[in-house]
Amino acid sequence: MSSVLESHSPVFTSPGHSPDEDRRERAAIDASCRTPVLYAFGSAICWLVLGSLFGLLASIKLHSPDDLTGHLSWFTFGRVRTAHMNIVTYGWSALAGVGVSIWLMARLCRTKLVAQSLIMLGITLWNIALIVGIFGILKGDMTSIKWLELPKYASPLLFAAFALSGIWVVYMFTQRQPGHVYVSQWYLILAFFSFPWVYGTAQLLLLMHPVQGSVFGLINFWYINNILSLFFTPIALAAAYYFIPKVIGKPIHSYHLAIVGFWTMAFFSNWAGMHHMIGGPAPAWMVTVSVVSSVLILIPVITVAINFHMTMEGSFEALRYSPTLRFVVFGAVAYTLASFQGVLMSFQGLNNVTHFTDYSIGHSHLGMYAFYTMVMFGSIYYIVPRLIQWEWPSAWLIRMHFWFTVLGSSLMIITLTTGGLIQGMGLNDEKVPFSAIIDSEALFRITRSFAGMAMLIGHLAFASVFALMLLKFGHRSTGATLLHREIPES
Amino acid sequence: MNKLTTLFAGIFGCFAFAWVGMVLIPNEDLGHLAPVIQEDTGSSVPKADSGLIERGRRIYAANGCVYCHSQQIRPSDIEEGHNRGWGPRRTVPRDYLYENPPFLGTMRTGPDLTNIGHRQSSEEWHYKHLYMPWSVTPGSIMPSFSFLFEKRKIGGQPSSDALKMDAPYAALPGEEIVPTEDAKALVAYLKSRDCTYPLPEAPEK
Repeated sequence: MSSVLESHSPVFTSPGHSPDEDRRERAAIDASCRTPVLYAFGSAICWLVLGSLFGLLASIKLHSPDDLTGHLSWFTFGRVRTAHMNIVTYGWSALAGVGVSIWLMARLCRTKLVAQSLIMLGITLWNIALIVGIFGILKGDMTSIKWLELPKYASPLLFAAFALSGIWVVYMFTQRQPGHVYVSQWYLILAFFSFPWVYGTAQLLLLMHPVQGSVFGLINFWYINNILSLFFTPIALAAAYYFIPKVIGKPIHSYHLAIVGFWTMAFFSNWAGMHHMIGGPAPAWMVTVSVVSSVLILIPVITVAINFHMTMEGSFEALRYSPTLRFVVFGAVAYTLASFQGVLMSFQGLNNVTHFTDYSIGHSHLGMYAFYTMVMFGSIYYIVPRLIQWEWPSAWLIRMHFWFTVLGSSLMIITLTTGGLIQGMGLNDEKVPFSAIIDSEALFRITRSFAGMAMLIGHLAFASVFALMLLKFGHRSTGATLLHREIPES
Repeated sequence: MNKLTTLFAGIFGCFAFAWVGMVLIPNEDLGHLAPVIQEDTGSSVPKADSGLIERGRRIYAANGCVYCHSQQIRPSDIEEGHNRGWGPRRTVPRDYLYENPPFLGTMRTGPDLTNIGHRQSSEEWHYKHLYMPWSVTPGSIMPSFSFLFEKRKIGGQPSSDALKMDAPYAALPGEEIVPTEDAKALVAYLKSRDCTYPLPEAPEK
């Protein structure tokens, strides 16, 4: 069992290197990443806690609109939910993703990180852009363009910040040591190609020189689909493809399957955006193309699922011990579920019911939280000890983080999904008065607030254990912090 | 797969191909639509929004109204039975010609507002509703937008546009509640929402 948990597995030993040389090389790479990556994680975690607070507030506002904040314009539902969504997307998810990507790329290319100060500047600029942007949203400057609500004076800064910090992921790939290119590296290149392309197009065509209103919505949904499935998703898949084999000490099941999964995803995801426009003001051919592509996305999803499952086969026991593995495997399972749900939602029958309901919000949380965020948690649990040569000071806090986020997010997704179905059936039945639909949702919405509270508690546990870690709290430990004490002899 | 150029070329190909199909071609096809002249009235639809309505649209955007209220009607085979009287026909790209951004919406926590100007033409109702949603639709979970109104002491003549709220939402004796310019703009915007005109590509059914 102990071999299973060792950080150093035979798969990644470089040819012609002794284990000692390898260890020294890795330590040097980790040292080069330390400050920027910790800065990215620290910022991301601050945004995560703030974002969960706003999420909870938004949720409470849907059952008690004016109770908490009176009639203050800054805290009306429309502004609070938008602040929540932008903080967790561009604050937590993106910054955590950038941190994880930088470290992964450096390790996989076996090259030291350069331009640390530019990256630090980029992350600082990113934080400033978001502080200004969120302030702008609350004060009443939001654009109301979905997923691009940051005011026009904040979003170009975000683009510049991304360029400053993200370009080095691609640069490291050009500087890599000769040898094998790993699956995770393709996904990272895809993600860091995708962000400037997709965000740049949206900035240009929706904010700077807006296209006519008749196509505006189409390009908006193209943006939403692509930023999710071609920026966030590949980062999390890159992490899962790295950490699952790494933690259990086995190579990935099939390299060929991974190639199929990668290219089918890169191709089909690009065409899937108009499944948000079923029944909407869009040309029928576009919706059809997107629905077909959405179904074909099952090819990469299934290949990835098979690859992960076959790799894990025989090592499920390790889930009891390794925090990284627990979070990442939970995320990988959620990826499969979210993708299948996405396909079902692009079918007319279900879409007619769920299109304008909380069901979609449940789907977003399954994708961006249960999948993406959980994989990021797992990755951070792996990376930080290597950056600062210290083990996590409290298994108890990690367990708390895991269970509160697992139970909280599951409860949230279940309530949103069932509540959304009931809401959708009500909306489609003219005989049900509108007020009755709102009444039927009350219990679900209150439950959602409790789920949000559980997630917030989990995040506070995470933030605490991260802060204790930075302070190097506790004693120097000889082994990794595991979630289960007795390790069976094997 | 081992060279950046190969990897990049493949990724670029995937993105560029889809970009042409999902961004460029739709923009060529639909990005230059023109309004249509109505045969019976001779007016052209949809109409470009005037200054006050445009200001109202910005208030609508600033408060994130779109996150609870859609402005799109799906075809009748989806939204059976005239979708709660929200609109006589589906909306099509031409309806959004002058909208920047169009508030299509993805959520109906509240009712669709495509034709709210047609469905609810009373200005008084809109003011009361924005000031205190419960006063006209009990059970509503819409927040109060009372910050778009001014509560002030009556000095001399009461204002002609003061709200006539019933208890318990009425102003204190000697005080009055009057809409700000923002509230007036927002109500003008809401009253202008009307896509009930027929279009060649979407005749009233």
